[in-house]
Amino acid sequence: MDYKDYYKTLNIAKDASQEEVKRAYRKLARKYHPDVNKNVDADVRFKEINEAHEVLKDVEKRKAYDTFGNNWQSGQEFKPPPNWNNRYRKADYGSQHASAEHFSDFFESLFGGGAGHFSSEDLSSFSREHHARGEDLHAKVSITLEDSYHGAKRTITLNRTVDDGRGSLTIQPQSLQVTIPKGIIEGQQIRLEGQGNVGYGRGSHGNLFLEIVFLPHPLFTVGKRDVFLILPVTPWEAALGASIAVPTLGGNVDLKLPPNSQTGQKLRLKNRGLSSKTQVGHQYVTLSIYTPSAETAEQRELYEKMAKLMPYNPRSGFGG
Amino acid sequence: MNQENCYTVLDDSTILGIAEICALCRVDTETVNEMVDEGLLIPEGTSPETWRFSALSIKRIQVTLRLQNDLRVNLPGAALVLDLLEELDELRSRLR
Repeated sequence: MDYKDYYKTLNIAKDASQEEVKRAYRKLARKYHPDVNKNVDADVRFKEINEAHEVLKDVEKRKAYDTFGNNWQSGQEFKPPPNWNNRYRKADYGSQHASAEHFSDFFESLFGGGAGHFSSEDLSSFSREHHARGEDLHAKVSITLEDSYHGAKRTITLNRTVDDGRGSLTIQPQSLQVTIPKGIIEGQQIRLEGQGNVGYGRGSHGNLFLEIVFLPHPLFTVGKRDVFLILPVTPWEAALGASIAVPTLGGNVDLKLPPNSQTGQKLRLKNRGLSSKTQVGHQYVTLSIYTPSAETAEQRELYEKMAKLMPYNPRSGFGG
Repeated sequence: MNQENCYTVLDDSTILGIAEICALCRVDTETVNEMVDEGLLIPEGTSPETWRFSALSIKRIQVTLRLQNDLRVNLPGAALVLDLLEELDELRSRLR
């Protein structure tokens, strides 16, 4: 097990005041909140920040943590000391932060962990009957643009609370096959009924909400359902018109380039975007004219001839 | 491994009434009322009984609850954050 440097996580000095701990935590929590920060590892960072705060905000826990920290060297394997008598092991955390569900093994070895991970709030509203619906789970799933274009199946692994068959609840990594429906777009959610945490007593299972994130694509970018591509063309293709094989998510498509096309012009390939059963997306192709460099005398001569034959000022709109 | 599961895509082709959306998000009707009053949710229909929410509202409710819980943001603050995040997404996709 790795030792966790909570001071480093919150970017504060070991002798920081409780006020400084609070300020550093709040600032970082805003910055790395997974709903605000789009980086894929934001939720990991957010959990680390919450875990560090959970310990350092509590003077007693912080004192206990500091006792270990003094004897520990960076890179060293961490083991709880033998005289650690579980004084601080109580499952009283986890009720405050909806998005910070489970803390690290390091944390749990020092301060314990709750068995079922029900928040105290959940239990209080159901405690009379001792039944509670299992918690909903939220996760992000990264897919390619091709997955959305064609539809796909993905196997995901997530930590879930399950019944171990002997009447108690444990957290286990579980695999789940998920259908990625055709035309799903970034930010949309898929709800999997009953695939959340197991319920308490006769309570039903929670749901699983999967939020779609697109992996970057080497060629295409996306805005909602539309796919964008920058298409490099030669000056003669642009001037004379051409038929060009253009990549789309569904394979190459012939694009008729009209004569006298210009850089920046946008052409639409109908229905070649991320279309679902009910909604249609298109692909937009933006032209970008690439000029070959003039290297030989003959090539330079040709450009000079063009300048003479086709006098043209692309900056006429600037005035002056 | 679990077999194929029953799933729903929560896009704007799925429409929900107030009772359904409250059950899915585990909130009471009062909470949804407040969010509508704040303009954070914009249902079709004129009264709570006839309100029709797009399934996209589910994410707005869930994000609002997390922001309130994790960052102690109040309702107008959450509404502002949601609008700014939407704008940011749009600008980001234009940059790419």
